[in-house]
Amino acid sequence: MNNAIDVRDLTKTYSGGVQALKGLTFDVREGEIFGLLGPNGAGKSTTVRIIVTLSGATSGEVLVDGINVSADPQEVRRRIGYVSQNTTVDFLATGRENLRLQGQLYGHGGAELDNRVDELLRLFDLAEAASRVTQGYSGGMKRRLDVAMGLVHRPKILVLDEPTTGLDPESRAVMWRELERLAKQDTMTILVTTHYLEEADRLCDRLAIIDGGRVVAQGTPRELKATMRGDMVQVEIAEGHSVEAARDLLNRTDGISNVIVEGRMVSSQAMDGARMIPALIAQLETAGLPVSHVSMSRPSLDEVYLSITGKSFEKADAVGGKKQ
Amino acid sequence: MKFFSDVFHLLGRQWRLTSRMPVFLVMSIVQPIVWMLLFSQLFSKAMAAGFGEGYVQFLAPGIAIMSSLFGSGYAGMGLLNDIDRGVMDRMLATPVTRIAIILARVIHTGATAMIQSSVILIVALFLGARPKSALGFLTVLAAAALLGAGMGGISHCMAILTRKQEAMFAVMNFTMLPMIYLSSTIMNKGLMPNWIKNVSTYNPVDWAVTVARSGFEGKVWTQTVGEHALALIAFTAVFSFLSTQAFKRYRAAM
Repeated sequence: MNNAIDVRDLTKTYSGGVQALKGLTFDVREGEIFGLLGPNGAGKSTTVRIIVTLSGATSGEVLVDGINVSADPQEVRRRIGYVSQNTTVDFLATGRENLRLQGQLYGHGGAELDNRVDELLRLFDLAEAASRVTQGYSGGMKRRLDVAMGLVHRPKILVLDEPTTGLDPESRAVMWRELERLAKQDTMTILVTTHYLEEADRLCDRLAIIDGGRVVAQGTPRELKATMRGDMVQVEIAEGHSVEAARDLLNRTDGISNVIVEGRMVSSQAMDGARMIPALIAQLETAGLPVSHVSMSRPSLDEVYLSITGKSFEKADAVGGKKQ
Repeated sequence: MKFFSDVFHLLGRQWRLTSRMPVFLVMSIVQPIVWMLLFSQLFSKAMAAGFGEGYVQFLAPGIAIMSSLFGSGYAGMGLLNDIDRGVMDRMLATPVTRIAIILARVIHTGATAMIQSSVILIVALFLGARPKSALGFLTVLAAAALLGAGMGGISHCMAILTRKQEAMFAVMNFTMLPMIYLSSTIMNKGLMPNWIKNVSTYNPVDWAVTVARSGFEGKVWTQTVGEHALALIAFTAVFSFLSTQAFKRYRAAM
């Protein structure tokens, strides 16, 4: 079976000299939901833009459904539905008009297109608003229309760039439910980039973590989390006391590894967290380092990300460059 | 052919967007009417001599062309909007014929100029201007459409090259007013200083005005109209073509 998307040794250097991708390799299998994770500036959008034929690679190869993106972009475009980061609906057109035009650009028309448009309007809960100009749509509605527009030509592969960014939590939940349903109903392949690790964890069959233009980890969420043994233990050191001293103490403690300081929080990995914590607190208090907060968790993708890149996802995101 | 259906559908989009901006529609008609009233009043005494059947008769085709110029000069703004909002990317990710994206815009610009100029001529009828023949009336519209499309081409080139609305505005503002004053739009050639008369020979606005005015006066099948119409058609063709080339460059740079 062909892979839906094959990305091999992809590099991209922008004309300004910025090297956005430094040899990216991953593959997306048919029918799966594949997540591309990473902070802004990691190269997610650049990768997506090359896959959907909007941008050319500097070197490397991308095959979509076995077709080389640079050799036959038109064929690739017919197979892919693309939903970009910001809403791209025409504000002065109605929902139905937006969908129709999108279908027409793919060469569809007539009753077949009308039916498809009606179907999508129903599916995305936009039937009632179909004849209204989209200017008055809510953010969530516009986003749903964006996705519907990406599907109007029944693509084999749907590529979504940050479909939930900027949405309120409720619309976000709705969006991910839609995607889950799409993936189940059709034999569609979905490639999605996201910021939200929990969502990726819940939704994606497999994912790749990108950092600095490279894939730094790849696998199912379970596989990725399995690389993290033990529990995650976070202790917050009370104001006015040395976090560094606490870090050194933890580093010297048996059964504790991967100690990382973030603000007043010291995160670490413990072989047996529940048994470890009381002793740990006692040790810190004895050393004159009062603990103001303790928590323990099973490793999440966030911890995977943290251990791979040495920075927490939120942090990396904040310092990451503006997206291309 | 996909190219024609793409142009057709994208033109439909442009019409829709324009028709849903009523303020824009009204203003683009009201503005030239105000010019016409203003100029004809302002210059009525000064122009009493040297304008045969009166200044309004002279001015009407000129204002039709002037509005075509001003209406088209900023056409590239819509393109920049599409680029900035990501609408362009969405379209480029479809198999739409690339050239149709830009040509639909250029055609729309010309067509809008034609409609505007016809409204202006109708208003001019009420002010006392009279086209000497129906064909003459149509000649004015054709000249307005050609100039509009050509200026639309320039505007789209500028939009793509500068990638900034402000920069595009500045360039177009800087070129458009002199193009009016260095032509016979509001001033009889016989009353111009020699150097302006010479410069105006190279000015597409003057070509369009010459065609429009001769037509309006019923002298359609003349050498003057023929020559100027050819020059105008070449102007439109060249800048329509250049806008497609600029767009090609834009896509290659992504």
